[in-house]
Amino acid sequence: MYTQAMDTMGKDRDDTPKAVRSADELAHQHAFDERIDAGEFIEAKDWMPEHYRKTLVRQISQHAHSEIVGMLPEGNWITRAPTLKRKAILMAKVQDEAGHGLYLYAAAETLGTSRDQLVDALHSGKAKYSSIFNYPTLTWADMGTIGWLVDGAAIMNQVPLCRCSYAPYARAMVRICREESFHQRQGFESLLTMMTKGTDAQKAMVQDAVNRWWWPSLMMFGPPDSESPNSEQSMRWGIKRISNDDLRQKFVDVTVEQSKILGVTLPDPELRWNDEREHWDFGAIDWREFWQVVGGDGPCNRERLAARVKAWDDGAWVRDAALAHAAKQEQLKEAA
Amino acid sequence: MSETKNEWPLWEVFVRSKAGLDHKHCGSLHAADAQMAIQLARDVYTRRQEGTSVWVVRSDQITASDPGEKSSYFDPMEDKVYRHPTFYALPKSLDHM
Repeated sequence: MYTQAMDTMGKDRDDTPKAVRSADELAHQHAFDERIDAGEFIEAKDWMPEHYRKTLVRQISQHAHSEIVGMLPEGNWITRAPTLKRKAILMAKVQDEAGHGLYLYAAAETLGTSRDQLVDALHSGKAKYSSIFNYPTLTWADMGTIGWLVDGAAIMNQVPLCRCSYAPYARAMVRICREESFHQRQGFESLLTMMTKGTDAQKAMVQDAVNRWWWPSLMMFGPPDSESPNSEQSMRWGIKRISNDDLRQKFVDVTVEQSKILGVTLPDPELRWNDEREHWDFGAIDWREFWQVVGGDGPCNRERLAARVKAWDDGAWVRDAALAHAAKQEQLKEAA
Repeated sequence: MSETKNEWPLWEVFVRSKAGLDHKHCGSLHAADAQMAIQLARDVYTRRQEGTSVWVVRSDQITASDPGEKSSYFDPMEDKVYRHPTFYALPKSLDHM
């Protein structure tokens, strides 16, 4: 589903770049910088600065965790989808999110961190995931709204990542972006159906969902550029291509037009076209809320994490049994 | 790398997108055994009919060339332009040879 300027979430103390030491390392560093400047891709086994590796592990794994945790708010509505068609669509979408999580975990593993370590970091609360999934899905209209706004914001964030300098990440993103467009379109179409053919109550339900998801969706692009200390380094390395604020503006500009087609109001009285900038101006974002949710105090943080840990623990016997079965089959084959 | 002993092994997945084409590497996944790897590969990598055949190979069974020796390995072919048909200028009338 998507990342949010994850580079701002790293609070590891040993996260600052270390001074380059040996002459050998200096030469490697120089060659690496040249490759980055030339727009070349870096592959898993290539030399890379330790800080580049760590930044990627953090960003890719947090992206993966977001895909996995992102299944929970939508999974909430599978059994209550209004029609068989919508149920099949929602299941396909949630299955996609699991796949996206897997592509990304695999990309992070190429950097030398095991899947168990990655999953453990999520479950222990050490690793973050996108703050958007810590909001509850209260009505069926939330499903369409997540597709339209949350996946829409995700696509905007993810498309530039297809050109990320780290090739395994870029390849995973190409695959993900190809599948993501279905997510946004199904969401918009679901809302459009309710807005054009629905009852007044259904239309009000859509408007209510949009009211609740609008601001958290804008927060998905991460803090303002002035408060994104790691952004510059990520830009230099070609991990990040477009700034948080630029992406956010782009999202607002396209979404305002889409909201007119849908016939909903975006909950921002300060939203107006600026002729000089040729962009839509929008009101101030409540960053206190954002940091509160990132910090663990959103409406659903505890519930989401508890659900993940429970699923992992409850599945332990299946993982063990599968390994035991494989080992036994191997033994039988050797004995034969 | 601690605590990996209970992790399912890693497999590389190759998919043939349609008859007549090569299998192409498309990603990796963890599975307890080959049969499970094939099944998961189908679920993960061919959800939209991207394949007609799947291969899986244990990642630890793959031997790769050393990226550090990339230049000494592959650069020698750079100046062997005579290995390409375009190296040979022929009369116009023979252009399609």
